Amino acid sequence: MNGKPVLRVDRLVAGYEPGLPIVNGASLTLRAGEIVAILGPNGAGKSTLIKAIAGLVATPSGQIWLNGTDLRPLPAHKRTALGLGFVPQTENVFTRLSILDNLKLAAGILPAAGRAAAIDDVLSLFPDLAARPALLAGRLSGGQRQMLAVARALVVKPRILMLDEPSAGLSPRLVLEVFAQLGRIRAQGITILLVEQNVKAALALADRGIVLVGGRERHEGRSADLLGDPGLGALFLGGDAVRETGS
Amino acid sequence: MSLQFLADGLLAGLLIGLGAIGVTLTYAMLRFANFAHGEMMSFGAYVAWSASFLLSALAGTAWPAMGPFSITAAVLLGGLAAMILTAGLALLLDRLLFRHLAGRGEAITLVIASFGASMALRSLIEFAFSSSPLYFSSDLQIAVRLGMGIRVTPDQLALIGLTLCLLLAIHLLVTRTQAGRAMRAVAENPTLAAVVGLDVRRVVGLTWVMGGALAAAAGTMAGILVQIRPNMGFDFLLPLFSAAILGGIGSIPGAILGGIVIGLAEAACVQFVGAEWRAAVAFLILVLLLLLRPRGFFGEAA
Repeated sequence: MNGKPVLRVDRLVAGYEPGLPIVNGASLTLRAGEIVAILGPNGAGKSTLIKAIAGLVATPSGQIWLNGTDLRPLPAHKRTALGLGFVPQTENVFTRLSILDNLKLAAGILPAAGRAAAIDDVLSLFPDLAARPALLAGRLSGGQRQMLAVARALVVKPRILMLDEPSAGLSPRLVLEVFAQLGRIRAQGITILLVEQNVKAALALADRGIVLVGGRERHEGRSADLLGDPGLGALFLGGDAVRETGS
Repeated sequence: MSLQFLADGLLAGLLIGLGAIGVTLTYAMLRFANFAHGEMMSFGAYVAWSASFLLSALAGTAWPAMGPFSITAAVLLGGLAAMILTAGLALLLDRLLFRHLAGRGEAITLVIASFGASMALRSLIEFAFSSSPLYFSSDLQIAVRLGMGIRVTPDQLALIGLTLCLLLAIHLLVTRTQAGRAMRAVAENPTLAAVVGLDVRRVVGLTWVMGGALAAAAGTMAGILVQIRPNMGFDFLLPLFSAAILGGIGSIPGAILGGIVIGLAEAACVQFVGAEWRAAVAFLILVLLLLLRPRGFFGEAA
C-alpha cells in the first residue's frame, strides 16, 4: 500500500493515571485504504493506544494528526466528526435503543438531508440488521452487536475505522464473518486500524502489522512477513500465538 | 370497599414520576444522587405562585377560574414561568457546582455538594417567603363521584390530564427526536455516546433543563393540590429516589411506572393502614427493592 498518510501518531504517551503511562512513546502511520493490525501480548497497551487516538484516554505528550489536523486538543466527539470512527471492544451499542435508533443517533452529525440515505446505505451491508430495525440492541447476540457497532460507526462514512478486538467473544464462524465484512468495508476506500489478539486472522486480513510491547512499537512489517517470522511469535506474541490463535 | 386510593395514588404517583425523571437521568449520566432535586420542585412551586400573584396584581383583580376548576390562566402562566426559571436554576447549579466537581473526586463529593445546594435553596426560600404555607386558591372544590367509592375534585382531574399531556410530550421527545435519543444514549453509556459523536456536556445540560422543568411542573401541581411549603420538595425526596430506583436507573418509563407504584402504595397505606405510616411506605419499598431487585423494573444488571 502506498496511499497518502491519513493518520500519524508520533511518540504518544497515554494512560489512565497521571505518571503511570500505558502507552509509552508509540508511533505509527496509517496510509489511505490500508488495513493495519496492532498486535502484542496482554498489557502491551494496544487497546489504550487505540482509545487514546479516539480521545478516550488522556495523552500527556506526543502527537496525533488526522489529515493534517492535530487531534490531541479535541474531545472524542469532535474527532468522530472529523472522520475517525471507533468500535470499542465491549459495550459498543446502546442496548436500550433499537437497531434503527442506534444508527439514527450516529447519523445525527450528518446534514439532516443525508441521514436517511446514509442509514439505508449501511443497512444494505448488514441484511441481518436491516431485517428487524425496531429490535432493541440489547436483544442482539454478541456477533450481531458487533455488526451493529460496525454499522453504527460506518453510518457517518468515516475516513478511518478503528476497531478494538472485533473478534473477542465470537465463535470462529462469526469471526470469519466479521473479518469478511471488514474486507468489504476496506473495498469502499475506508482505512482500517484494528487491535486484535487473534493474530493469524488479523494478519490474514491486514496489509501490515505493528507489534506493541511495553507501550511502544517493537516491530512493524507486512503481514506475510510477520506471519512467516518464527521468532516473532516467541518474542512478542506469546510463544505459539501465531499458530494457536489462527487455528 | 372504596377504591379512593386508586385516584389519589395515581395523581400522587404521576407527580412523583414527573419529578423522578430528572433524578433518574442525572443519576445515570453523572453517577450521583442529586439531593437538591426536591428543592427544584419547591423553587418551581414558589416561582409559579409568585408569577401568578404578580399577574393578578398587574391585572388589578383576581383572574377568573376556568370552569369548575380553581386553576386560573394566571396559575398556568405562572407554572410555565416556573418551568423556564427552574430549568435555568438547574443549569446554573450544573455550571457553577456539579460540572466543576464531576470527574475530580468521588461521587460522594457531588452528593454532599447537592446536599449543600438543597439546604441553601430551602433556606433561601424560607427567608424570602417565610415558613408559613401558601395557597394558589382558597376556593372550595366540590368532589364529583366516579363510582366504586371514588371521588375526585375537578382540579385533580385537570392535573391528571395535564400530567398525562406532559408525559406524552416527554415520550415523543425521547423516542422521536435526536435530542431524546441522545439523552437516552448518554444515560446508558456516556463514553460510547462521545464516540458516536455526541457532545456529552451539551446533552447533560439539556437533561438538567428537562429535569428542572419537570420538577417545577410537579412542584406547582403538588402546590395546587395541597399547599406550598419550603419543606415540600424535601418531603418528596424519598418517594422520588424510590421511584427512580424502582423503575431502574436511567429509564424514563421506569421512573414514571415507579412513581405510580409508590403513589398507589402510599395512598393505599393512608386508606387502609393509617396516614401516619405514609412516609414509611417509600422507605420500605426502597429497602425491599435494594435487597431483592436493586436494578429495578427496567435497569440493567450490574
